[in-house]
Amino acid sequence: MTRSELIATIAQRNPHLYHRDVERIVTTIFEEISSALASGDRVELRGFGAFSVKRRGARVGRNPRTGASVSVEAKAVPFFKTGKQLRERLNGE
Amino acid sequence: MVEKTVTRAELSEAVYQEVGLSRNESADLVEAVLGEMSDALTRGESVKISSFGSFSVRQKGERIGRNPKTGEEVPILPRKVLVFRPSHVLKNRINANLKD
Repeated sequence: MTRSELIATIAQRNPHLYHRDVERIVTTIFEEISSALASGDRVELRGFGAFSVKRRGARVGRNPRTGASVSVEAKAVPFFKTGKQLRERLNGE
Repeated sequence: MVEKTVTRAELSEAVYQEVGLSRNESADLVEAVLGEMSDALTRGESVKISSFGSFSVRQKGERIGRNPKTGEEVPILPRKVLVFRPSHVLKNRINANLKD
């Protein structure tokens, strides 16, 4: 399922809404999650899952081909933990 | 920086502000979006949201685990797990903000 298929499904189930509004709804949701993560906040959607930002410290890495040391800068990575309800659904419980 | 937690309430409020539906309907639509995504994933489909990331279901085989407290071996049954791969756009955005 892609973003546009998601929009199409929601639009089909809600014939009273303009397609354009459904697009804005979906865009707003992901924009809101992204901007929260960009400000370092957590997003917790009970039953679905939680998004958070994990910080990785600077480290000395190696070029696996040459073995040369390279410094890797500190960075932050988005992380998703599946919610209990969705995890159980995936496993048919 | 004080860390906040964004929940369904904030997502619904954002939809309400942005689209101009009632608060109730905004909340229902946030739920519908999460519901459609969950349904697709439960069917085994992956969900790809451009410039955000993709969710996919991975099948894990059975393996032998250990109870860390007792050292006892316990089988971990085969199961399905959901993996989220953030898009480059999202990763870059998160890093750009942290450097400021």
